[in-house]
Amino acid sequence: MDAFLLQVLNGLDKGGAYALIALGLTLVFGTLGVVNFAHGALFMLGSFCAVTLQSLLTLERVVLDPERLTAWGTPMEIRTPYIVDWFGDFGMTLIDWSVPLAILIAIPIMLLLGVIMERGLIRHFYKRLHADQILVTFGLAIVLQEIVKSQFGANPIPQPAPAMFAGSADIGLMLGFAENAVVYPWWRIIYLMFSGVVIASVFAFLQFTTFGMVVRAGMADRETVGLLGIDIDRRFTIVFGLAAVVAGLAGVMYTPILSPDYHMGMDFLVLSFVVVVVGGMGSLGGAVAAGFLLGILQSFASMNEVNSLIPGIDQVVIYLIAVVVLLIRPRGLFGREGVMEN
Amino acid sequence: MHYCGANREILLGSRIQFNSEDSQLMSKIDNSKRKFLKTSAIIGVGVSAPLIFTNAHAAYRNEPKGSTVTFGFNVPQTGAYADEGADELRAYELAVQHINGEGDGGMLNTFSSKALKGNGINGKKVVYVTGDTQTKSDAARASAKRMIEKDGAIMITGGSSSGVAIAVQGLCQEAGVIFMAGLTHSNDTTGKDKRANGFRHFFNTEMTGAALAPVLKNNYGTDRVAYHLTADYTWGWSQEGSIRKYTEAMGWKTVQAVKTPVGAGDFSQYITPVLNSGADVLVLNHYGKDMVNSLTQAVQFGLREKTVNGKQFEIVVPLYSRLMAAGAGEAVKGIFGSTNWHWSLQDAGSQAFVKSFGQAYGFPPSQAAHTTYCQALLYADACQRAGTFMPSQVGKALEGFKFDGLGNGPTEYRAEDHQCFKDVLVVKGKENPTSKFDVLEVVEVTPRAQVEYPASMLGGNLGPYNNG
Repeated sequence: MDAFLLQVLNGLDKGGAYALIALGLTLVFGTLGVVNFAHGALFMLGSFCAVTLQSLLTLERVVLDPERLTAWGTPMEIRTPYIVDWFGDFGMTLIDWSVPLAILIAIPIMLLLGVIMERGLIRHFYKRLHADQILVTFGLAIVLQEIVKSQFGANPIPQPAPAMFAGSADIGLMLGFAENAVVYPWWRIIYLMFSGVVIASVFAFLQFTTFGMVVRAGMADRETVGLLGIDIDRRFTIVFGLAAVVAGLAGVMYTPILSPDYHMGMDFLVLSFVVVVVGGMGSLGGAVAAGFLLGILQSFASMNEVNSLIPGIDQVVIYLIAVVVLLIRPRGLFGREGVMEN
Repeated sequence: MHYCGANREILLGSRIQFNSEDSQLMSKIDNSKRKFLKTSAIIGVGVSAPLIFTNAHAAYRNEPKGSTVTFGFNVPQTGAYADEGADELRAYELAVQHINGEGDGGMLNTFSSKALKGNGINGKKVVYVTGDTQTKSDAARASAKRMIEKDGAIMITGGSSSGVAIAVQGLCQEAGVIFMAGLTHSNDTTGKDKRANGFRHFFNTEMTGAALAPVLKNNYGTDRVAYHLTADYTWGWSQEGSIRKYTEAMGWKTVQAVKTPVGAGDFSQYITPVLNSGADVLVLNHYGKDMVNSLTQAVQFGLREKTVNGKQFEIVVPLYSRLMAAGAGEAVKGIFGSTNWHWSLQDAGSQAFVKSFGQAYGFPPSQAAHTTYCQALLYADACQRAGTFMPSQVGKALEGFKFDGLGNGPTEYRAEDHQCFKDVLVVKGKENPTSKFDVLEVVEVTPRAQVEYPASMLGGNLGPYNNG
C-alpha cells in the first residue's frame, strides 16, 4: 500500500509537469491552430530564468589573495556575493529563495518572449501547412537551446530548493502508516500544489473573465468573433504569451527537481505532445487529465512488480497508450469531434 | 577491400616478375604471340600502375608526406557531454603545443620517456582536425570517417562514452588507423570488443570494483543489502556487473538491480521502490547528467537520512566525473566513488599538467582532459620511438610500454589487451570544498597490483593490426 501511494504521488508530480506544458501547447493549438514545437524550449527558458536570477544574486566580489596560490600558481581568489556584502543574512536568504523568487522575473520575461515569438515569427506561418509550422518551431527550439548552451554551458546547473523545503515529509505518518513508510520530498509536494494552482488559475481566467470568454469564443469560431468587430488576433497573441508564461513557470519550479540544462525542453516536448494527443488536440481539460493520467501510469509501469512481468514496459507505456487511443479514438479522450479524425 | 602494405608488395612483386620473364621469351616466339604478350605487358603495367603509385607514396593509411602529421580529435562538441568534450579539446590543444615545442612543455618534462624533443614527431609538426561525436555512435563514426578519409588523420582519439568508443574503435580498425580512446570505462572496450588498433589509457569498471570494494567494506562493513540503479547500455551493465561481483564477494547482498533508460531525467519512479525494499545501500551506476539527476533526487527523497536494518543508509556512485559532480551540488558530499585522475594529486606529473592547463585556461583540468592529454603524448612518443607512423609499428611500440611521470604513477600498456594498468583513485564528495572545483577528495590510491586481472578474463580478441 505504501509503495502504491508513493507511485501515485510520483505520478501526480510528474503529471503536474506534463499537464502544465501540455496546457500551454493545447492552448496555442486551440487558439492559433499552430503546432508549436518550440514549447519545450519555453519550459527550458523558464528554468533558466531561475538560473539567471541565481547567477545575478550570487555575483561575487573577487579579491586576490597573494599569500595563497592556486595549484597552477596564480593568486587564490576570495569570492563573496555582493548581496551578502550589502545585506548580510538577508542577502543569504534571498540567495536561498532564488527559485521561488524567480517566478517574479519569469512572468514578465516569458510573456514578452511569447509575444515576440508570436508576432515576430509564428504569425507568418498561420496559413501555412502544419508541416511548415512544425519545421519552423522545431528550428526555433534548436536555436533557443543553442543560445542557452553558449551562455550557460551544457552541464546541468543545480538550483537547490529553499533550505526549509530541502527535506522530506513523512506523509505516511499523517495517513496512519508506520513512521518513514511513506516519505516524499517537500519540494515535490509544493510543485504538485503549484501546478494545481496554475492550472486552476488558467481555467478561471478563461472561464470567468471577459477576455477568457472572447478567447473561448474565438477557439470555437474565429471568423464569427472577428466579424463581430473583436480584434481576436491581438487576444490570441496574448494567449500565446500566457502559454509561454505557464510553460516558463513550470520550468522555474521544476529546477530543484531536475537541474536545468539546455536540452531539458526537448526531453519534455515529445512526452507533452503525446499528452496533448491522448487528451485531445485543443482540449484544455483533456491536456490536464491526460497529463496526470499518463504520469501515474508511467510511475506504475516502473514498479518492479510490473517490470518483472513485462520487462521494459516503463519505457514504452506512454507511447503504447497513445497508439491505442489514436486507433480507437483518434480525436483523443476529450477532443472535439472532427479534430484529427480526417 | 583494404590491402595492407605487405600484401600490396607481394602482388606487385609477382606482376613485375611475370613481366620480366615474359620479355625474355619474346625473342623466341612468333609475331602474333609477341603482339599478344606486348599488349598483355602494357595492360599488366597499366593495372599495376595505381598499385605502384599507391605503394610508392603510402606504405600505410594516411602516411604523412609533407612537413606535418594530422591528428583527429573526435570529442562531443554538442549534446549532454559537450563540456567534457570541450575539456578534452583543451587538453589536446595543450598536448599538440607541447609536442611541437610550444608552451611550458607540461608533462613532457616529467614523462619518463625522453624520445620526444619538443620538435614534433619524426621531424613533422603536429596539426589537428576535430570532429563532433555528439555522444552518438553513428555521428561519432561519421566524423571519424570524415577525418580519416578527407582530412588524412593518422590517428583518431577522444570521446566520452563507451558506446561511442567501441563504435569508433571498430571503424579505426577497419580503416587502418590507430584509435587512442578517450573517456571510456566499460570493460568491453578492452575486453570483448578490443581491437589491435585500439588503445585505452582510462581505467575500467573491473578496476573500479576492485578498488572501491575494500573502501566500502572498511566504511560500511560486510553485512549490507544493495539496490542498483543501472544505466541501460554497455557501460551501465559493465559497471553493475563489476560492483556486484566485488561487493557480493565480500558479503553484501543485492536485493534488486533495475535498468533505467539513459537520459530519464526524473528518476523518482525508480527511487521510490528503494525506500521500502530492505536495501541499506543504493548504488547508482549512472554517469554524467543521469548521475547528477539520480543522486540529487535520491538525496531529496531522504535516503541519506534513513536508517535501514539498523544501519545508516548509504549511496555509492562508482564512477565520478568532477565536471559533472559539480552539477549535483551538495548531494555529492561524503559519497564514495572512483576516478581515473584528480587535479589535487601531488606528484610531479600531475602538478606540471595542472600548472600548464590552469595557466592556459584559468581552472584545473578534469579526468577527461588528463586521459586525453596522456593519450596524445603516448601516441606521439610511440611514433617517435618506432620512427614511423605505421599503425602496426606504433602499436608494437605501445604494447608492454612501461612509463611514469604522467600523473598515475608507474603505468604499463599491457600488450595482451591494450589496456593501461596503473593505480586507481577512490574519492569521496568533499564535505568542505574551498572552491567550485574542489568537489572531490582522494581517500585512497589503490595500488595497481590490487586492480590487475588476467587479460583473458574479459574475453575478446585483438586480432591483427590493420595498416590500411
